[in-house]
Amino acid sequence: MIPTPKLSHLTSEDYNDVYEPAEDTFLLMDALEADIELIKKLRPSLCLEVGSGSGAVITFLANVLGNSALYLCTDVNMRAAFTSLKTGLANSVDVQPVLTDLVSCLESRLQEKVDILLFNPPYVVTPSDEVGGRGIEASWAGGTNGREVTDRLLPLIGKLLSRTGLFYLVIIKENIQDEIEEEMRRQGLHMAVVLSRRSGPEQLRVLRFSRASDPVPVH
Amino acid sequence: MKLLTHNMLTSKFMKGVVKGYPLGIVASEVKEVAVDYNPDFVCRMIPKLEWGSLCSAADSIGKLGDLPKELPENIESNQDFLKKVHHLLMEVEVISGNLICPETGRKFPINNGIPNMLLNEDEV
Repeated sequence: MIPTPKLSHLTSEDYNDVYEPAEDTFLLMDALEADIELIKKLRPSLCLEVGSGSGAVITFLANVLGNSALYLCTDVNMRAAFTSLKTGLANSVDVQPVLTDLVSCLESRLQEKVDILLFNPPYVVTPSDEVGGRGIEASWAGGTNGREVTDRLLPLIGKLLSRTGLFYLVIIKENIQDEIEEEMRRQGLHMAVVLSRRSGPEQLRVLRFSRASDPVPVH
Repeated sequence: MKLLTHNMLTSKFMKGVVKGYPLGIVASEVKEVAVDYNPDFVCRMIPKLEWGSLCSAADSIGKLGDLPKELPENIESNQDFLKKVHHLLMEVEVISGNLICPETGRKFPINNGIPNMLLNEDEV
């Protein structure tokens, strides 16, 4: 079992402004752990987490893969980006946070370069006018179907992933998995459900997308 | 912000900006940290780099040294070269300063080592 990153440096004051790791965060880590042999075989050199919040997940990945990759992460919340940086440092890994909207400032340079792409989006169904903030609400408010933010990133995935790249996405039932699968199919990406878990009212899933229907590389 | 990260950033997302690359660096604080040398990682990262942009970034903060402006051949066996690239990519960190859009001059501040590439509401 791969240990969860140390988070004891984070205080309740941090969690006033930054999403505290919860069931969805741990499910994404568990999915990465379930896939870890596959991920290692792909020898990723560039990993990117969109909306890294506390930085727990990208730090978890960096802990596992070590200094064989660049670990970029983005957030719109200044305190979250700083927290991601601190979480990396507290776990002796190099995490490189950038304050940007989704992948705005990285998109044109990272075409077909991202080996592991992670997104635990704001997936909660909320009124649309709650979407678009830069505080802690940006970590959950997903607007209509909880998809308004996810739907801005999905069209870019096919262009960002490297040949053997993998994209991991957290969803809940209300996000309408079939529609997401269809959008990704249009980009030539295959979907697999890595893990499902019920947490209170949320039916959480981690989906994995890849160019090949069987993402194990040919050597 | 490592120079490796800088190599991946553009301001192309701004309205009217065509390329937005490379971003200029005006550093007010730069520090050097020790990072374990992994030649395999450096070799695999080099094809993902814009070499000219790395050279100009290093030059702008006074760290270019004798790094060649053209990427040499047979880099895999050139440990001396790979170590220099490792140092520049991974061990040089810009802690504070500004990144500058080459087309509009828009400054993006770097604080606590984190570049702020967010736009204000009136710029979107």
